[in-house]
Amino acid sequence: MIDLVDVSKTYSKGQPAVKNANLHIEKGEFVFIVGNSGSGKSTLIKLLMKELDASSGTVMVDGINLRNMKRRQVAKYRRKLGVVFQDFRLLKDRNVYENVAFAQRVIGRPTRVIRKRVPEMLTLVGLAEKYKARPRELSGGEQQRVALARALVNRPDILLADEPTGNLDPQNATEIMRLLEEINDRGTTVVVVTHNKEIVNAMKKRVVAMRKGVIISDEQEGEYHYED
Amino acid sequence: MRISTIVYELKQGFKNIARNWMFSLASIVTMAACIFIFGIFYSIVTNVNHIVKSVEEDVPITVLFEENVGKEVIEDVGRRIKARPEVLDVKFVSADEAWETFRDQYFGESKDAAEGFQDDNPLANSANYEVYVKEIERQGSLVEYVEGLEGVREVRQSEGAAKTLGSFNRLVALISIAIIAILLIVAIFLISNTISTGITIRREEIGIMKLIGATDLFVRTPFLLEGIILGLIGAGIPLAALFVMYNQVISRILEKFQVLDGILQFVPASQVFRVLLPVSLALGMGIGFFGSLFTTRKHLKV
Ligand SMILES: Nc1ncnc2c1ncn2[C@@H]1O[C@H](COP(=O)(O)OP(=O)(O)O)[C@@H](O)[C@H]1O
Ligand SMILES: [Mg+2]
Repeated sequence: MIDLVDVSKTYSKGQPAVKNANLHIEKGEFVFIVGNSGSGKSTLIKLLMKELDASSGTVMVDGINLRNMKRRQVAKYRRKLGVVFQDFRLLKDRNVYENVAFAQRVIGRPTRVIRKRVPEMLTLVGLAEKYKARPRELSGGEQQRVALARALVNRPDILLADEPTGNLDPQNATEIMRLLEEINDRGTTVVVVTHNKEIVNAMKKRVVAMRKGVIISDEQEGEYHYED
Repeated sequence: MRISTIVYELKQGFKNIARNWMFSLASIVTMAACIFIFGIFYSIVTNVNHIVKSVEEDVPITVLFEENVGKEVIEDVGRRIKARPEVLDVKFVSADEAWETFRDQYFGESKDAAEGFQDDNPLANSANYEVYVKEIERQGSLVEYVEGLEGVREVRQSEGAAKTLGSFNRLVALISIAIIAILLIVAIFLISNTISTGITIRREEIGIMKLIGATDLFVRTPFLLEGIILGLIGAGIPLAALFVMYNQVISRILEKFQVLDGILQFVPASQVFRVLLPVSLALGMGIGFFGSLFTTRKHLKV
């Protein structure tokens, strides 16, 4: 599903944020990406989203080389992905329902489909009753569940989550991870960047660790080794 | 695009206008001023042209002959002029008739003063044809043709009023064009500013849209629609005002200058608006659309 071959990314100045990364992720896998702040995790996610282009190397997703892509194709490619961020990135002036419906609007789904799909997704994340609430009326955990519903409503092949539990208390964090696991069980490939050691160690998934832009370990049923 | 998507985009366009109402209002007002002046300019020029035309059509071309030309030559010239397709009517005016007309015009009541000329017609050589043309635009070619005919000394065209009104028209046109040009630039600038402010306000939303997989067209459409809506409102308001004002102004003029009644033929409002309405709406829409197109291209890096 995802194939990185000798991928490096250097911002306009300074050291490479990602250095010679090689990573292969199968369809249906659940992968944690861990590492200290500044180790290049977000950069890696942005490369996969084609928010950034690799300075060198090849990024392949679902058989598509992300390098040679027209703008229209980029929009189409991103519809295969669901993305979730630490800061939720919800539209503050719209309610829960509209935030999730937004993702379907953007890709031109008819209203008939939206009316069916959005409540399904809100039920999946356990927010069916709060569909009328605005983001600021919700807890952090609830907001992240809205973001998750939005990421999933278009049935993506891959879910990319960049520190989705970074702003949440342990209980909400566990709940979000449980949802990610459930989504993975339904067949979606899930890549999660996280700092949450307890959760990583408890979930026994594949763990890819980064340090200063380099992938330093990649283990099935891995553990999160802290190092400073 | 699906209907439901277009409806959604249209709603977003209106939302942009409402959220950004101060800039939107400024754009509409400027656009309205621009179209208003354009409308006034167009109305004046159309009416002046119309009046010039009706005046010119009443005034014939006068064809004068060289001294002592024979009757046959004069008759031959008359036949040739009559055969031209642009000619509506030809009237022969003998020297005596010409003198009588002149006398009535210049001596008027004191006809006695003219009696002295009785037997010695001072206009002895002024036998002429009065030629009425169908379309004033074709007068030039006719004059050229007639001047080339044998026996013709001079061809006099109606000038006076037509010339003055014509240069008045040009002055009105020049001033209007200058004002419109300035306002047009201001209107484009304001619409562009409105759109770019809208983009700034919605930057976060646009970022999210792009991550989700929105095409450039989808992101841009609400802004393009916003520009078009602003342009249309900005054109619609002055058009409505002009329509109401038009007949009032004309009846005011006729009231003030009652002597002009019957002489001045004003163009009916329906005829003016048959051109003014589509042109103004297209102008408003075009400015809104292109203003937005260039702004979104610049700010959305499309
Ligand atoms: N837009 C940017 N411009 C320049 N440098 C950046 C930019 N984004 C990140 N970096 C640098 O790249 C490195 C990796 O950053 P990032 O991928 O955000 O790490 P992480 O997500 O693991 O904290 C850091 O040294 C960071 O300062
Ligand atoms: Mg990061």
